Amino acid sequence: MKRLTWTDALYWLALPLVLLFALFPFVYAIASSFKRGNALFSSDFWPQAWSAANYVAVFAEQPFGQNLLNSVLVAGGVVALSLTVSLLAAYALGRVTFRGRGLLMMTILGVSMFPQVAILSGLFELITWLGLYDSLWALVLSDLIFTLPFTVWVLVTFMRELPKELEEAALMDGAGVLTVIFRIFLPLLWPAVAATSLLAFIAAWNEFLFALTFTLSGEQRTVPVAIALISGASSYELPWGNIMAASVIVTVPLIVLVLIFQRHIVSGLTAGAVKG
Amino acid sequence: MSSETLAPPLCLPPRTVSSLQRSRQRMAWLLVAPSLLVLLAIAGLPLLRTFWMSLSDAQLADLSSRQFVGLANYIGDSGVLNDPEWWGAVRNTLWFALMSVGMETVLGLGIALMLNHPSRLKTLLRAAVLVPWAIPTVVSAKMWSWMLHDQFGVINAMLLALGLIGEPLAWTADPDLAFVTIVLVDVWKTTPFMALLILAALQMVPSDCYEAARVDGVPTWSVFLNLTLPLITPAVLVAMIFRTLDALRVFDLIYVMTSNSRTTKSMSVYVREQMIDFQLVGYGSAAATLLFLLIALITLCYMALARRRMEGH
Amino acid sequence: MKRSLISVAVLLGVAASAQAASLKISCGAVGQELELCKQAVAQWSKKTGHDVQVVATPNDSNERLALYQQILGSGSDKIDIFQIDVVWPGILANHLVDLKPLARGAEKQHFAGIVSNNTVAGRLVAMPWFTDAGLLYYRKDLLEKYKQPLPKTWEALTASARKIQDGERAAGNDRMWGYVWQGRAYEGLSCDALEWLVSYKGGTIIDNASGKPSINNPQAVKALQTAAGWVGTITPKAVLNYGEEEARGVFQAGNAVFMRNWPYAWALTQKDDSAVRGKVGVMALPKGGADGRNAATLGGWQLAVSKYTRNPQLAAELVLFLTGSEVQKQRAINGAYNPTIGALYRDPAVLQANPFFGELYNTFTSAVGRPSSITGTRYNQVSNQFWNATHDVLSGKSDAASALARLDASLKRLAPAGFGRAQ
Repeated sequence: MKRLTWTDALYWLALPLVLLFALFPFVYAIASSFKRGNALFSSDFWPQAWSAANYVAVFAEQPFGQNLLNSVLVAGGVVALSLTVSLLAAYALGRVTFRGRGLLMMTILGVSMFPQVAILSGLFELITWLGLYDSLWALVLSDLIFTLPFTVWVLVTFMRELPKELEEAALMDGAGVLTVIFRIFLPLLWPAVAATSLLAFIAAWNEFLFALTFTLSGEQRTVPVAIALISGASSYELPWGNIMAASVIVTVPLIVLVLIFQRHIVSGLTAGAVKG
Repeated sequence: MSSETLAPPLCLPPRTVSSLQRSRQRMAWLLVAPSLLVLLAIAGLPLLRTFWMSLSDAQLADLSSRQFVGLANYIGDSGVLNDPEWWGAVRNTLWFALMSVGMETVLGLGIALMLNHPSRLKTLLRAAVLVPWAIPTVVSAKMWSWMLHDQFGVINAMLLALGLIGEPLAWTADPDLAFVTIVLVDVWKTTPFMALLILAALQMVPSDCYEAARVDGVPTWSVFLNLTLPLITPAVLVAMIFRTLDALRVFDLIYVMTSNSRTTKSMSVYVREQMIDFQLVGYGSAAATLLFLLIALITLCYMALARRRMEGH
Repeated sequence: MKRSLISVAVLLGVAASAQAASLKISCGAVGQELELCKQAVAQWSKKTGHDVQVVATPNDSNERLALYQQILGSGSDKIDIFQIDVVWPGILANHLVDLKPLARGAEKQHFAGIVSNNTVAGRLVAMPWFTDAGLLYYRKDLLEKYKQPLPKTWEALTASARKIQDGERAAGNDRMWGYVWQGRAYEGLSCDALEWLVSYKGGTIIDNASGKPSINNPQAVKALQTAAGWVGTITPKAVLNYGEEEARGVFQAGNAVFMRNWPYAWALTQKDDSAVRGKVGVMALPKGGADGRNAATLGGWQLAVSKYTRNPQLAAELVLFLTGSEVQKQRAINGAYNPTIGALYRDPAVLQANPFFGELYNTFTSAVGRPSSITGTRYNQVSNQFWNATHDVLSGKSDAASALARLDASLKRLAPAGFGRAQ
């Protein structure tokens, strides 16, 4: 028990530091979001007079509710698509030995090696050609460029670690490949799947450059673009309060999502093994 | 140069190629096909276009009147490889990637271990840790520039109040500080990514191993070094690859926080400047292609190294 | 299949345009600017029966230019009318319609300088909409307290700023600075530095007649040396990463004696919660030495019609309406947007809303253009090199003479035969 208290002590020592490190800017954002006008230019941490006007303005000045919904649809669509497709690929790449596997893995990764701005023009032409310009589908499709390589690679890594007896037994029983992937492996992979979906969801949720370039009307914009388009009365003025309020609003759904997903990150494989 | 680099040291021993195995391989291709097709469709064409453009003198104002110039954009007198600014950007980017990914890995591992620690606060901690990753980069970069403002920024105010600095620091303007500042903000922003992936790996370590070790009275640090670390290494390495790829392409953070200052310019900022600001699509594409080649080279070295390291264990 | 569907849609679109067409215009972002644009557009819609959609684009001008280039570069007709910055006509000219035949002489009532700025290779590619010029903001109360006159020259400004800064710091306000401006490595620094150059009669980087770089001259060196002397003395070192808002933040919190900024800052310094409300004056930027001149960099926005629009005629009509006297007057009164039509500066209603328009009329008409017409698509490269050289001098990495010599050499490499010549 003595050793346990040693790690415990370390834990409690590090905890406030980590919380401060992670949350300080966010708390600052919350504090700023309740400030008005010139209070922004003071280095006071908390506002002297609290005001919810920024939050009202965020929803009054643009279709922010619609933008939130768009972001949910795009990020949700991206995650659903990339997980389905990459679970199939991960099984093949992680559990079957075949010629060209290494090259395939590198090809998939290679997509993540180009700067976004370099593929922007080509993608723009592709999307206008498909007739998807100014539609959410354009974003779902283009966001796959960065989520798909990531989900494939992470799932391959985790899929490899799973015991092969399970798979062999199932195949003996005449189960199809899809059954093995979705019925047997998926439940075991929950921690990895939950973590990768969460990371991919947030990445798609925050994507800015594609969203700015491939949508035009206010009703099709996603949240980061909507935030970037919040501006002051004149061209140089920065409406800091509104931007902070909007940032707080968009972060809240993600925190809720984390709270939902975090149960899955810690269940799964360990749930069966922890019993002792 | 293959995926085997990250495989556990003992792979399935190759058996004789049976018809069963051959059909299994066919199926593998079928399963990979959707991913591959999607990526080819959405990324393949744009990438080929970039390669092609890099061999021409295309300008954004009039793309149709471009001429084939061979490798002039790369090795010509005024090619990318002869531009000192490009090499400055390469140096900045490599330093940035090395420092930020290194710090993120260490911190991410530490935080993942904390998240894995049984405690009543773990739900709070898990949500809190992810907050930096959840704030859009465009916003967090602006937020930090504001907090780091020399005159009315809250960071200087606090450090002054604590007596840690004598006068306000110009965090993003001082050439000596700007680079470090950007690395720190990036570490703040992306450590959660590392932490979450490592946590997932920690969670998948079968806990009967821990039980056995505890019964045998093996010290905690020894359990960590000899049991936990080897088991989570593949996941850590994959997380590091993706973080490195991202760090080597770093753009918006630098762009928002220090604009076009030469002291902090990264390769992606350089590419964008050439392609968009200067309208030199051909030249910019050449820079983008070089960036791609450099990243590919680094990735290959990294994988070779990772493989050797893992086989050593 | 898909293609034929598209072409049917195009045909339908063309057929429909014969009656009531629909236009898309990008003007301003959110806020008052967008609101004013929407109002004016609605007036036109009501008058003509055509449907106009206002599209929001990023407020950051770099972002906006990138988006415009993406849309125009692909020959897309997604936006018909673009609001473009004063330095963009040269960059975007290839994609824009020549408005000269369509304007029927309407351009003659606008400031000649802006019209010539918007004319690229004989084509009028954009109509002036509102103008901007660099101004000097000062603290009336502090100048009075320390009995300092309004600075006529940069040297006088330096001395006054120093005196007041020292006095205020001795009195306990150790955050007080003499002069704040825009020193970040971005387009804004090119604007500030051009003002220094011209005020010392050091030219406008590129000679407009010959197209050759004119930057390497003793007056320009002196101008940059003067500015570099401010950093760390009357100007905080962090100015090297200040944009407009950072400078305004310091000034508006009451922590600076002088500020260089655009006219937008005026209304904000006069807001209820401003610490300097009622204590601020505005004047032309000082001369460089006794024999220098007053110089303000020209800013402002224009309206242009895309070459890829299906309704060039109609789009031009809307542009002429929006840039016309009636709408500019409304915008001047309701939003303090500086008109580009000289006559409006004598309009009593406009002057009542913006008292300093009258006094600073000369500043606005004589504002100095950045060398964007002559350098065309390469303006951004020229400006980038210029601000980087200036930034090096300001941060002490390089001395003014050698930085400008290097800049001169690299500009010559960029256009060996001179800008505006055979490219």
